[in-house]
Amino acid sequence: MGNIPTTVKHCLSYEHLNQDYPWLRRWLLEEKENVPTGVKIQLIDMLSATGLRVIEATSFVSSKWVPQMADHTDVLRGIQRAPHVQYPVLTPNIQGFQDAVAAGATEVAVFGSASETFSKKNINCSIEESMLRFEEVINAAKERHISVRGYVSCALGCPHEGHIEPSKVAEVAKRLYEMGCYEISLGDTIGVGTQDSMFKMLQTVMKEVPCNSLAVHCHDTYGQALPNILTALQMGVRVVDSAVAGLGGCPYAQGSSGNVSTEDVLYMLHGMGIETGVNLAKVIEAGDFICSALGRKTNSKVARARHGTL
Amino acid sequence: MGNIPTTVKHCLSYEHLNQDYPWLRRWLLEEKTIRGDEYAEFVKIVEVGPRDGLQNEKENVPTGVKIQLIDMLSATGLRVIEATSFVSSKWVPQMADHTDVLRGIQRAPHVQYPVLTPNIQGFQDAVAAGATEVAVFGSASETFSKKNINCSIEESMLRFEEVINAAKERHISVRGYVSCALGCPHEGHIEPSKVAEVAKRLYEMGCYEISLGDTIGVGTQDSMFKMLQTVMKEVPCNSLAVHCHDTYGQALPNILTALQMGVRVVDSAVAGLGGCPYAQGSSGNVSTEDVLYMLHGMGIETGVNLAKVIEAGDFICSALGRKTNSKVARARHGTL
Repeated sequence: MGNIPTTVKHCLSYEHLNQDYPWLRRWLLEEKENVPTGVKIQLIDMLSATGLRVIEATSFVSSKWVPQMADHTDVLRGIQRAPHVQYPVLTPNIQGFQDAVAAGATEVAVFGSASETFSKKNINCSIEESMLRFEEVINAAKERHISVRGYVSCALGCPHEGHIEPSKVAEVAKRLYEMGCYEISLGDTIGVGTQDSMFKMLQTVMKEVPCNSLAVHCHDTYGQALPNILTALQMGVRVVDSAVAGLGGCPYAQGSSGNVSTEDVLYMLHGMGIETGVNLAKVIEAGDFICSALGRKTNSKVARARHGTL
Repeated sequence: MGNIPTTVKHCLSYEHLNQDYPWLRRWLLEEKTIRGDEYAEFVKIVEVGPRDGLQNEKENVPTGVKIQLIDMLSATGLRVIEATSFVSSKWVPQMADHTDVLRGIQRAPHVQYPVLTPNIQGFQDAVAAGATEVAVFGSASETFSKKNINCSIEESMLRFEEVINAAKERHISVRGYVSCALGCPHEGHIEPSKVAEVAKRLYEMGCYEISLGDTIGVGTQDSMFKMLQTVMKEVPCNSLAVHCHDTYGQALPNILTALQMGVRVVDSAVAGLGGCPYAQGSSGNVSTEDVLYMLHGMGIETGVNLAKVIEAGDFICSALGRKTNSKVARARHGTL
């Protein structure tokens, strides 16, 4: 896209860079500790005060599969919802959707995959079967005027299949978009992407889904998240997923990092003159809180630098 | 800057603009993106782990370990490995064994082993020890220069000139560094024009390459772009390198920006060795493994074998009793 700050300053359609915040659900899947409900609620409340506009709160998946999210209803009911902040929750099927609505959800998310094998191993069904489930959720959501966000995992590679064709990512993204998802988040699930694969994938997806309905969800397993996000920004993407303190390891590479840290993304964006509406210092505080609660160090280099600056 | 293509298309000097600033067309709005096939085919990696990396590690590394590290790196395909520093051991005790290191390594053919030589004394010691390439370390920040090397920028330039002239007589190449190119721990913001001034001075004195260093890792795409844009008016693009620190996690996007502007040389350190002395507990050098992963993923050749670099990184981390800073190395270790 060229000289981003200049382009952005002159682009009439550019307002703020929205930042999604799906960290909570994902890192809890990887965190060995079961985090107390009260801690989750406090974390979300702290994040609600940072300026973030979207905070993915929990997941209405069966607790048999994801025990760390068993308290989904208590979390959603316990948080203090800030005005102008959305709290989407994952709803993999109609049952989860109904439970989410009963708990007060006003936005939901569905999680598809560009890899057939990953779909079967991760959510126990083929891509086609998952689309039928999601369609049921999306239709039910439409009746209640509830927004649905769609995710496409393995957008830049699959832990089982390896290379994923951009056309497959585009096909799944298009399907979710046409079914009614307002935004499609394209996930580099195992963090293997680089500038080249990000470029090719987005170039293909953008033929099927409008750029302003796309988001990138880059994992930092190989340290490539920020250059990949920069590439996406240069191609016109305006929504970035990230996780406070970069929490949530990669289940496919033990000991490796997973989510890119929100603090590091904010540092890059703000350094480029891009508005996010988010207060970096407050995000660092929230990160400090949860790391302290988990007894672990932050994955954010910005947070570490700020702690250690002499 | 406005709608660049329209402005430029109607500007009679467009051809000259394109010629003088070959990277500019990449930033034109009509280019939908920075395409993969417009990047360089080859990027040179300058490995600074043994010097810049080890110099900033808490542990004092035995000479034998340093030599083994350099020998392992020599077998990876790296073409430039900064071996040591001929600075007084009063100031940098970790580099006191410089002569033993330089004499002890097995020099691979086609590999250069530059050494730091801050003054004529250091240069003479380096030559006596067999150095065939040296480096001088300037700063774009007056305060940093005084605190770091005990003299003003101007005084340092006079010292370097002495080194460079002596090097020319011996046909020894000299690489120039400009530290604080994107910010100073003392002065804060550094004007791109100051960076350009120092870079130009070193280049005109005879340095074949100028490495622009983000010493405290505070740079981002915007400041990297502005700094390079200014420096490139004074020093040819193909004589520039970037030395990005990863203190704030910005090294890779900053390197990507530099590549987009035509820079073809990148400094990095195996395993991301060397913390940041200005932010305790923070990382310093960007890890060579992570840079290689990005470049190779972009289809850019480096001639370097990533797996062998990871091995060298594993070796030195084990010797230091610490974990690697490289995310690629960590991922490769942990992949199920």
